[in-house]
Amino acid sequence: MLTVIRDLLKYDGRFRVAFVFLLMIFSLAVLSVVSPHDPGATFKVPADVPPSLSRPFGTNSRGQDLFWWMAFAVRNSLLLGLVTAIVSRVIAIFVGLTSGYRGGTIDRVLMSINDSFVVLPVLPILILLSFLFQGRLNLMSLAIILGLFGWPWDARLIRAQVLSLKERAFTRTSVYSGASPFRTSMKEHFPFVLPIVFATTINNMLWAIGFEVTLSVLGLSDVTIPTIGTAIYWANQHQALVAGIWWWLGAPIIVAIVLFLGLYLLFSSLNEYIDPRTRLRRIGA
Amino acid sequence: MTLLQVEDLRAYYRTEVYGISRSVRAVDGVSLVLNHNEIYGIAGESSCGKTTLIKVISGTIKPPLRVESGSVRYNFKAFDVDMLNIDEDDLRLNVRWKEISYVMQGSMSVLNPVRKIIRTFEDIVKTHQGLPDKKLFLEHTRTHVRTLGLPADVLNLYPHQLSGGMRQRVAIALATVFHPSLIIADEPTTALDVVVQRGVLHMLKAIQEQSANTVLLVTHDLAVHANVADRVGIMYAGRIVEEAPTRIIFNEPRHPYTQHLIQSLPVIGDKSPKASLSGAPPSLANPPSGCRFHPRCPMAMEICLTETPEMIRLTPQHRVACHLMTGARA
Amino acid sequence: MSENEKLLDVQNVMVSFHVGGWIGGGRLAAVNNVSFALEAAKPEIFTLAGESGSGKTTLARLLLHDLDPTTGKILFEGRDLATIKKRKDVMEFMRKVQPVFQNPFDTFSPLSHVEDYLFDTAVNFGLAPNRRSAAPVVDEALHQVGLSLDEVSQRYPHELSGGQIQRVSVARALIPQPRLILADEPVSMVDASLRMSIVNLFRKLRDEQEVSVIYITHDLATAYYISDRIAIMLRGSVVESGSVEAVLDRPRHPYTQLLQESVPKPAAADREQWAKEIKLGALEITEYRQVGCKYASRCPHVMDICRTADPPDLEVDGRMVKCYLYTNDAKQGVERSAHLEDYKTI
Repeated sequence: MLTVIRDLLKYDGRFRVAFVFLLMIFSLAVLSVVSPHDPGATFKVPADVPPSLSRPFGTNSRGQDLFWWMAFAVRNSLLLGLVTAIVSRVIAIFVGLTSGYRGGTIDRVLMSINDSFVVLPVLPILILLSFLFQGRLNLMSLAIILGLFGWPWDARLIRAQVLSLKERAFTRTSVYSGASPFRTSMKEHFPFVLPIVFATTINNMLWAIGFEVTLSVLGLSDVTIPTIGTAIYWANQHQALVAGIWWWLGAPIIVAIVLFLGLYLLFSSLNEYIDPRTRLRRIGA
Repeated sequence: MTLLQVEDLRAYYRTEVYGISRSVRAVDGVSLVLNHNEIYGIAGESSCGKTTLIKVISGTIKPPLRVESGSVRYNFKAFDVDMLNIDEDDLRLNVRWKEISYVMQGSMSVLNPVRKIIRTFEDIVKTHQGLPDKKLFLEHTRTHVRTLGLPADVLNLYPHQLSGGMRQRVAIALATVFHPSLIIADEPTTALDVVVQRGVLHMLKAIQEQSANTVLLVTHDLAVHANVADRVGIMYAGRIVEEAPTRIIFNEPRHPYTQHLIQSLPVIGDKSPKASLSGAPPSLANPPSGCRFHPRCPMAMEICLTETPEMIRLTPQHRVACHLMTGARA
Repeated sequence: MSENEKLLDVQNVMVSFHVGGWIGGGRLAAVNNVSFALEAAKPEIFTLAGESGSGKTTLARLLLHDLDPTTGKILFEGRDLATIKKRKDVMEFMRKVQPVFQNPFDTFSPLSHVEDYLFDTAVNFGLAPNRRSAAPVVDEALHQVGLSLDEVSQRYPHELSGGQIQRVSVARALIPQPRLILADEPVSMVDASLRMSIVNLFRKLRDEQEVSVIYITHDLATAYYISDRIAIMLRGSVVESGSVEAVLDRPRHPYTQLLQESVPKPAAADREQWAKEIKLGALEITEYRQVGCKYASRCPHVMDICRTADPPDLEVDGRMVKCYLYTNDAKQGVERSAHLEDYKTI
């Protein structure tokens, strides 16, 4: 693992930038543990103070230190992204591998379900759900629901890959070695499918965080939980831009940009690294 | 006069990925001469460098392939060409397809699957010559195709409507539309059925006889060389190890590798046991020292491990690169 | 098992597909009424030879129980393959019948170590209780093919030569101690200098391990070298079959004669025959749809009767030929057609 990171740092410029960006984000998230302020508390510090060395992000109109507030926000957004990605990857991998390898009725049934989900418009449904939950859609539930919507595109991608892998001789060798269909799928096909899984994981995280921001800005999620989205929500609620408190919007936006860019560059460089073709060149083929 | 003179050619692939740099010495000291009006066969297995050799002599040199040293010179009827220093436009307008053309395995790559055959002919002619008079061109193409024994209406079909053998023959027709001085055929019949292979090779021979040009036939199948080539060069690990007229290669092979290849050729009518060689063709990234065949040679001597054997001329027609031959110089 | 004299019994097997549209389409038989059998008591190497489109690949899939025939039966050790459905039965079948594939570099996943497959085979077929104790079994199998576990341990496919991988592939097939190995073009993608080692290996398997081999190929020269019997396939039918010396030294079916003459041979004496002009067809699909003998459109000895129905299987000179030339009425045609000197067009 460490040699992988060392190799990438040495040879891939994208990875270096991604590493720096994500290190910053991650550190910020971790710092939330030692935050001197409770994000729910207000008027603990002077309000509307512009950024300075002691207060890197300044403070907002509610008397909260934005630096520590963003620490919690980043942590929550990352967590949401991660949970969504994991839930949807697991479903996508299961559906893609099974559907592609088994074919027949199983394939038809799974793909019908898949296509139904693709067709569903996620945003209106989420808005509907948030109304049903009456603004109490907490982070974990939102993450899981997003996970349940985020798998169909990628399941189809994985299935397509498996369809071609099925025709390869080594699939048959595996079958004739006595392997069960499950083992054949996991041992033979999964490593080839891994680059797609990885690429789409990061994509998925970005999608989930983006969705969360959208919902929060509209005020549809639980706005008491600090996230990148709710930061923007509260800033808008207090007309930050008009009042000249640009750092209240600036902080979440800059953090979001660094996070998104970091994740994207990570995805781009790791994807090339994991790709079976460069893997072969690396092994020395 | 000779058509092509290759002198001590060295062409390597250099790659560098994630800190691992490799140098694959695909062509490592090849010298050869092609005459006008002959069929020269190159026999060799996978990773012997024959594909790279063809790339270099046909001018398709793209990174990571680089010519390290050596020369490749042509004497065409009207002009001479130094292939390693030629201008790309010059190559396209005057040499490619007009003087040197190419038939390869899997003609699919040459024939555009979404265009009718005649359109592919048009495209090629337009690129290499320009197409001022379309009607004249059409007439010329139809005659050409008919002369080669193909039905003229093949021009109006799509590639997928033809059988593999027919596609390959159309590819040959395409390669000869300008009557080039050199036709390079790279494993042209390897994937084809044996009857179709026979027809395609007959066609190639007929073309060579009619135009008195040169055909460079590259294939691992020695039996094909026995029936088609005038002279054969045996390649191993980036070098030519033996070269002689076909009958001499088969009746009096001198290099242990050639001898093994000939002996182990299965023949209908012969069920006597045939031995196989131990080991495997070497990696060109890390070839053995000295004579590259020494790890597998049943007659390897001490000198073979350290010194690369030079090409020795046993007779004016027969060259061998083997330490066993020192002292037998003509 | 005394009643099961036959190891493999293929009985009138046919595989047909519907081609063309709903209106005006027809049935295309990829395998057309093929029968042959392998004895259980005497291991042999049986070659299925044919060009592309001959049906040999489809027949191979039938024999591996990858596909069920449209009509006809295949019996392995007396049991109809169509009755093998449960996992337990399938595993039992796979223990006795193993494949070797054509492309050595695709037989094993490029991302896996090759020995993993051997260990899996050993464990899955009960030759070893777990992976840790399977090493001796794997090593033994590799020794049978002239390799050892040390040589291939921790190696990816691209680190071995085509010849080595094919040998590993054969070793893997040998682990469950099969009775039949199905080798589909096993040497067509292997270098010439290594081909003999694989081909000789099959001979050794038949002679020392008593394993029968069905060798599927279009290369008549290697087929001659190792087989006992051969069946020549054309467009789904077996047109000639018998001992390999009889069929290839003295071919009787016009198609076999054409094939035999078209194989390029190194001897100078054979050059003239190979150089004789032949005419090639342009389109293949029409041959499948022909009624009667599939060679009729190319045969120099074609008669009217050839286009009416499939020719009968006739026993001539110690082998089976599917050709009207050899029915009693045409018996006088036998000697003349035996050498095909006067064939102008096909």
